[in-house]
Amino acid sequence: MAEKKKAKAKTAIRAKTGSGPKAKGPDVTGLTIRVCVGTGGLAAGSQEVIDSFHTELKAHGLEAAVEKKSVNKTGCRGFCAKDVLADVIFNGSASTYQRLTPEKIGRIVEEHIINGRPVEEWLVGPDYHIFHDKQTKILLKQCGQIDPEDINAYIGIGGYEGAKKALSLTEFETIEEVKKSGLRGRGGAGFLTGLKWEFCSMSRAAPKYIICNADEGDPGAFMDRSIIEGNPHSVIEGMIIGGYAIGANTGYIYIRAEYPLAIERLKIAIDEATKKGFIGKNVFESGFDFEIRIKEGAGAFICGEETALIASIEGKRGMPRSKPPFPVNKGLRGKPTVINNVETLSNLPSIITKGASWFSSIGSEQSKGTKVFALTGNIKNTGLIEVPMGISLKEIIYDIGGGIEKKNRKLKAVQTGGPSGGCIPASRIDMPVDYESLTRIGSMMGSGGMVVMDNATCMVDMSKFFISFTQSESCGKCVPCRIGTKRMLEILTRITEGNGKDGDIDLLVELGTDIKLSSLCGLGQSAPNPVLSTINFFRKEYESHIKKGICPAGACKALRQYVVNAEACKMCGKCARVCPSSAVIWQPKQKAVINKSKCVKCGACFDACPFKSIM
Amino acid sequence: MPGKKIKKIEIDGRKISCEKEETILQAAKKAGIEIPTLCHDDRLEPYGGCRLCIVEVKGVGRPLPACTTPVTNNMEIRTENDTIKRIRKNIISLLLSNHPNDCMRCEKTGDCALQGLAYRYDVDGSRFEGEQWDLPIRDDNPFITYEPNKCILCGRCVRICNEVVMAGTIDLVGRGFNSMPDTAFRKPRSLDNCEFCGQCVSTCPTGALTDKKARGRGRAYEMKKVRTTCSYCGTGCNFDLNVKDGKVVKVTSAYDAPVNHGNLCIKGRYGYDFIHNADRIKTPLIRKGDSFHEATWDEALDLIAGRFSGLMKKYGNKSVGAFSSSRCTNEENFLVSKFARTVFKNNNVDNCARV
Repeated sequence: MAEKKKAKAKTAIRAKTGSGPKAKGPDVTGLTIRVCVGTGGLAAGSQEVIDSFHTELKAHGLEAAVEKKSVNKTGCRGFCAKDVLADVIFNGSASTYQRLTPEKIGRIVEEHIINGRPVEEWLVGPDYHIFHDKQTKILLKQCGQIDPEDINAYIGIGGYEGAKKALSLTEFETIEEVKKSGLRGRGGAGFLTGLKWEFCSMSRAAPKYIICNADEGDPGAFMDRSIIEGNPHSVIEGMIIGGYAIGANTGYIYIRAEYPLAIERLKIAIDEATKKGFIGKNVFESGFDFEIRIKEGAGAFICGEETALIASIEGKRGMPRSKPPFPVNKGLRGKPTVINNVETLSNLPSIITKGASWFSSIGSEQSKGTKVFALTGNIKNTGLIEVPMGISLKEIIYDIGGGIEKKNRKLKAVQTGGPSGGCIPASRIDMPVDYESLTRIGSMMGSGGMVVMDNATCMVDMSKFFISFTQSESCGKCVPCRIGTKRMLEILTRITEGNGKDGDIDLLVELGTDIKLSSLCGLGQSAPNPVLSTINFFRKEYESHIKKGICPAGACKALRQYVVNAEACKMCGKCARVCPSSAVIWQPKQKAVINKSKCVKCGACFDACPFKSIM
Repeated sequence: MPGKKIKKIEIDGRKISCEKEETILQAAKKAGIEIPTLCHDDRLEPYGGCRLCIVEVKGVGRPLPACTTPVTNNMEIRTENDTIKRIRKNIISLLLSNHPNDCMRCEKTGDCALQGLAYRYDVDGSRFEGEQWDLPIRDDNPFITYEPNKCILCGRCVRICNEVVMAGTIDLVGRGFNSMPDTAFRKPRSLDNCEFCGQCVSTCPTGALTDKKARGRGRAYEMKKVRTTCSYCGTGCNFDLNVKDGKVVKVTSAYDAPVNHGNLCIKGRYGYDFIHNADRIKTPLIRKGDSFHEATWDEALDLIAGRFSGLMKKYGNKSVGAFSSSRCTNEENFLVSKFARTVFKNNNVDNCARV
C-alpha cells in the first residue's frame, strides 16, 4: 500500500568528480550505484541485482560505467523491510530504489540513466525518509555508504585516523578519553568501557588480551552482524585502540559461525589492514604490535556471556564461571582480558577522532552516545535503527517505526533486551530509552533487541516463547537456571493450554525471583524477566487464562472457542465443508452451529467464512 | 590491591581469622560452621553450580556463593536468612522434581547428600511437578553403573575426571534441561575411553554413579569401615575396606588420607576380588615331586630355614638374598631387608618396585 504514495526522493549529493574514459551514450562520469549487500539484502537478491546492473549497463553501451566500477556494494542501511535497496547517484542527484529485482533493472538503466528520468513508481516512499530522519547515525551511517570489502573506502571517510591518533597518545591518555566520553558497554550490562580498560591496564600480568564479542544471540537481533558486514574496519580499528590502551598485543574476535558473510568480510578486512600495516608489527611505527585472530563459535547463546566465551576460546565447553575473579584480572588463559561488544568497539574510532566531548554531547545524563536497535514485531517499519540514548520509546515506535502494522490494532507492549529483557506496557512508552530507565521498569538494554507487540499478542504466550529460548540455551551448570526455567516453562505452558491452577502466578513470581537471585550468570539472573515483568503489568491477562479459561488476545490456540454469529451467517456452508472434525452442524438454508465437543480449534472455518461470521 | 596475609571476617557473629586465598566456604569449614553444598569436593576447583552454598554478605545486594567467593577483610557473613532458606528449599525441590523417588532401593540411601539435604530442609519433589528424565541405566562395563535419572548435574564426576585424573572420559553434553554428564558420542565406557579408576563414583553425591560390583550387597551404614594401605604399589594410598558379614564388599575413598586425599586408581578401588576368591591359596604349599601339598606354617618355615641354613653352610652367606614385593607394605619390606641383613648377614636385598 505504501508504494502507492508518490514519492519524490531527491536529495542533494556531492557530485563525484572522476575522470573515467568517455563512453558513447550519456556521460557516466558522475554515476554511482550503491546496492545493499547485507545478509538481508543478499537474501532478497541483491547479488542478482548487481549482476543485472552490469548486464544492462553493458547492453546499453555503458561498458565504461562497469569498467570504472560504478556499481558498488554497501552494507545494510537498516530498512530491511524494503530490500533490495539501491541508490542511483547520477547528475548530482541521488534516488533510492526499493524492493528491486533483476527484472526491474533494465527499465531503470534505460529511463533513469539513459534518459535521465528516475522510475518514480519504484522509488522509496516518505516512510523511508521518516524512518531515517529521526535517527542519529554514527555507526550505521558508514554501513550504508562504503564498500565493506575495500579498505580504501574506509580510509576515504577518515578510517584508521582514530587508531593513528590513539597510538600517538599515551595509553593512559587514551583510556582517559574513553572514560570522559562516558561510553558504556553495548552488550548488556552497560559497564563503563573506559573503567573496564583501566582495571585491566592496572594488572601487571602479561600477556593481555582484548576480545571482540560478536556472539550475537538474541532472537531477532542483528546489530553486530550488520556493523561487521557493513563496516568491519571500524571494529578492527576499535580493537587496535583498545588493545593499545590496555597493553594487549593479541585480539580475538569471537563470532558465531552462522554469520558466514560477516566472517568473510572480517577476514578480508584483517588481511587488508595487515597489508597496510595497521595490524602486525610496529603499527603506525609506534612500536606497538597487534594481531587479530578470529574464533568461530558454534552458536550457543551462552557463549555471549564473557566467561563462557573465554572457556569456548580455550577449547572447553561454553559454560560461565563465578566472578570474581573478573576477566580484567583473570580472563583468557588466566591472563587479564577485556571483552567488548562489536557496537562498543565500533564507537571508539569516532570517539578518539572527534573527541570525548562530542560523544558525550549525544545521549542522556548517564547513557551517552547512540544505540542500535533491531526493531521487529507488529510494526510497520522493521529493521535496524540507530537512535540517541534517551530518545522516548514513543518516538521510536511511532516516528521511526511508523506505528503498528495492522490498522485495527493497538500497541500493547514493547519487549527490549531480548530474552533477558522485560516488557514495557503501552502506557509507559513516554519513558526514555537508556540503561537506567529500562532497568528501573524491569527490563534492560541488552544488546538491542526491540520487539513491538500489538493487542493480538498474548503476554503469557510471549513469556513462554522467551523462557523456552533461555531454557534450551541454558548451559545446565546451575540448578535454578537449568531446572527452574524448565518448571517455569511448564507452568506457562499449562496456563496457555487452559490447565493453569490457582497459585500458579504466585509460584511463577516466587520461582522467578529465586532464579534471579541465585543463578550463576547473567543468563539465569535475567531469564525470568519477561515473565516477571508481564505478571507485573499484565497480571489480569494471566488470571483470565487461569480463572476464566480465556486468552484475551485470542492468541492461545487451546483456549480459543469458535462460535457462529447467527446474525452474520449467510448459510453458505463453507465452514462445514472445510471442518476436518465434523464439528460444524449445517444443513442447506440453515445457519451453522459449532459443536464445541468435536471442535479441534484448527481455525479452518474461521478462515473459510467469507462473511466473517465465525468468531 | 595486595591484601594482608591474614584476613579477619565474621561468620554468623563469630570472628574468624583466615588466609588470603581462602573462600567463604573454606573459612566456615575450618571454623566448624556448616554451609550446605552439593557440587563442592575439596579435591576439585570451586564450581558454584548447585547454588546451595549461597550466603548473605553485608553490603552486597544479592546472595553470593560461598564456594567461589574469596574472603575479604572485615567481611560479615550470615550463612542463612529467610530468603536464603527459601531459595535453598526451592533448589532442593527443583532437584527432587527431576529425581526418581527411589530411595527405598537406592544404593546410596543413608549416604546420599541429596537425601540428607531433603531431610534437613524438609522438602520433597512434589512442589514443582513436571517432566522427569526417563533414561535407561548404563552398566555396559564391568565397574561403574550410571543411573542418569539420579544425576543432579553437580559436575563433580566431570571435573574429577578432567582436573584430577585427566582422563577426559566424560563431560557435560546437551543443553538446558537435557544437559547431562556422558562420554563422547555417548558411547559405552570401555578401556578405549575410560581408566575405570572410579574417581567419579567416589565424588558422586547421589546414587547416579555406583560401584557395579557392590550393588545390592549392602548400604553404607551396614558396612564396617577398615582403614588400610593399598598393597598394589609403593605410593601408600589409604582407603577404607567396606566389610559386611566378614566379607570385603567394596573399597571407598579415605578423604583424610595424607598421601592420596581420597584419590585412587583402578587397582586400589576395584582390585579386591582376590580376597574372597575360591582359588586363593590359604595355606603354605610344599612341593613334593611334581605336585604341591598343603602344609602348616611351622612345616613350611622349618623347611625354608633348614634349606637356607644348608645353602649358606655349603656356599657361604652371600649365596642367598631376599627379594620382596611392591605389593607388600613399607613395614613388611623393611622387615625383609632387616631379615636379610641380620640373618643372612648380607646386603642382597631387592624389590620389584625398583624397576
